[in-house]
Amino acid sequence: MIENILAPSVFATCLRLATPYLFAAIGEMFGQRSGVLNLGVEGIMLMGAFFAHYVVLSTGSLLLGVIGALIAGLVMGIAVAFVNVTLKAEQGISGIGVYLFGLGMSELLFKTLVGTPRSVSGFPPLHIPVLSDIQFLGIGQIFFQHNLLVYVAFALVPISAYVLRRTPLGLMIRAVGQNPEAADAMGISVTRVRYMTVIFGAMMAGLAGASLSIALLNVFQQNLTSGLGFIAIALVYFGRWRPFGVMLGALLFSFVNALQLQISAIGIDVPSEFAVMAPYVITIIALVFASKQTEKPTALTKPFDRGE
Amino acid sequence: MNKRILTLVLVVMAMVVLSALPAAAQDDVFRVAAVAPSATNDLAFSQSMYKALTMLDEEMGDGFDFVFQENTFVVDDAAVALREWASSGEYDLIIAHGSQYGSIIEELAPEFPEVSFAWGTDVNTYGLDNVFAYTAAADQGGYLNGAMAAYMSESGTIGVVGPIEVGDAKLYIDGFVAGAQAVNPDVQVLVNYIQSFSDVPLATEAANTFVANGADILTGSAQMVVGPIAVAKENGLLWFGTQASQAELAEGAGVMFQVYRWDTILRDMIEKIQGGTLGGEAYTLTLANGGLQMVMGQAGG
Repeated sequence: MIENILAPSVFATCLRLATPYLFAAIGEMFGQRSGVLNLGVEGIMLMGAFFAHYVVLSTGSLLLGVIGALIAGLVMGIAVAFVNVTLKAEQGISGIGVYLFGLGMSELLFKTLVGTPRSVSGFPPLHIPVLSDIQFLGIGQIFFQHNLLVYVAFALVPISAYVLRRTPLGLMIRAVGQNPEAADAMGISVTRVRYMTVIFGAMMAGLAGASLSIALLNVFQQNLTSGLGFIAIALVYFGRWRPFGVMLGALLFSFVNALQLQISAIGIDVPSEFAVMAPYVITIIALVFASKQTEKPTALTKPFDRGE
Repeated sequence: MNKRILTLVLVVMAMVVLSALPAAAQDDVFRVAAVAPSATNDLAFSQSMYKALTMLDEEMGDGFDFVFQENTFVVDDAAVALREWASSGEYDLIIAHGSQYGSIIEELAPEFPEVSFAWGTDVNTYGLDNVFAYTAAADQGGYLNGAMAAYMSESGTIGVVGPIEVGDAKLYIDGFVAGAQAVNPDVQVLVNYIQSFSDVPLATEAANTFVANGADILTGSAQMVVGPIAVAKENGLLWFGTQASQAELAEGAGVMFQVYRWDTILRDMIEKIQGGTLGGEAYTLTLANGGLQMVMGQAGG
């Protein structure tokens, strides 16, 4: 029974489910570490998902699809940074605007340019030689038979941790998020750093969308992301603004989700309402007992004013 | 003298304009307004109604006109649109295409007794003579799909991705399970209601989980099935569909689709309304009355 519930495929599903969260949440984490909350992640993901899908549909090139998603993220990111950093808008409100824009615009473009849901051949699973054949505990199936974007998403975690902790750039980002006045006095351009992190975050959100529309699902439909972007923002808080914390949250949430899918698939009769609730409930419980030691940027959501 | 004539002309003109206004609904054009929870291209519930209205529009030409408000899953938003349409007096028939809209119709219809309403999927007209109700006996096509699926399955395992356990989705899935078991009592039909009509990522992973557990045939209901259809295609599985034909998207995987033909009952409603009967009847689409149609996909041979 237990070995049925905890089959290797469940862990593989967990890694796939975690992929869009990782892209979106790691990107969002950089923005927040520099003091900018971008609530519009969901809208940017939708734009990225649409453009990736549309480009692949028209050109057949997955590389161009990824570039399309990154450009969509870049453009949205510049807009978000301009509104939040330059115009110093209320970040909680402007983010909702960005979300609604992305939701409506991606749908309009989809309807006009594509019309009806169509599938593309997205990133195929890469069977990594030798490693993917490991039978022991199903390790090959769990870790080494995924599509390229899954590996990229997980590679992003240690890289982000390194950049944030060990590089001058990371120090600048943290300084701007913790104490923008001091950073400014040290000659760091708060505005430039925030633009950079917000735009990077938006490009990662675009990539998160692409990971759905041309790698994991290979279709596009209006509101394809259905709330993933908002969960990604919650995961940044859950992960206490640390890349490995974010990954842990994404994995926990995805694992419980994969588990509830497996429980229904092998015919165990659990009311599906409870099963669907479980990931949220368990994540909240984990949050309550999680370490209170926080790296929350003190300047989060606070626009910087040089006071000249 | 001239001024008097001018005044007279103005008064006559005003009277003509005013008398023409309330007559808008009585002209030769039959006007329909409809609200639906998802997109007109959802390959499912909303598209089935949109397609029916488009068909009537083509058939009746200048004598028919319709407006369609899609993606109105939130009941309060639908209520605003429905009230606006009803009070404008411009529409001969107002359609609330979604079982969640029932309470609005129950409240709105008595307020506007001269306007005809239709809603579904349900059979409840609330005893009002200006309300039509409509539903689909989705279990009928579900039974056929299930029987065919059990006959074609080699692994003996079939995966069903459902939305919420209500309405025509529940009917379809119950029918599917019964049909499959009638053909092969040993067949394993695994059902997962993912509690969402629109969550494509979750529906996709539900389908992937069925594949990992040996399913060689998939089916499902609601607009999130585009995800499971892609899973079926990628893994060389067979797909059975409902609500609208998904044959194009499911190319190479689609076996059989149950299609809702709302146009069959809409024609009857229009005739009744033009004859002065504004409602009071409940319709059910069935295979027998032609309201449900089975459409074969390529994989169905």
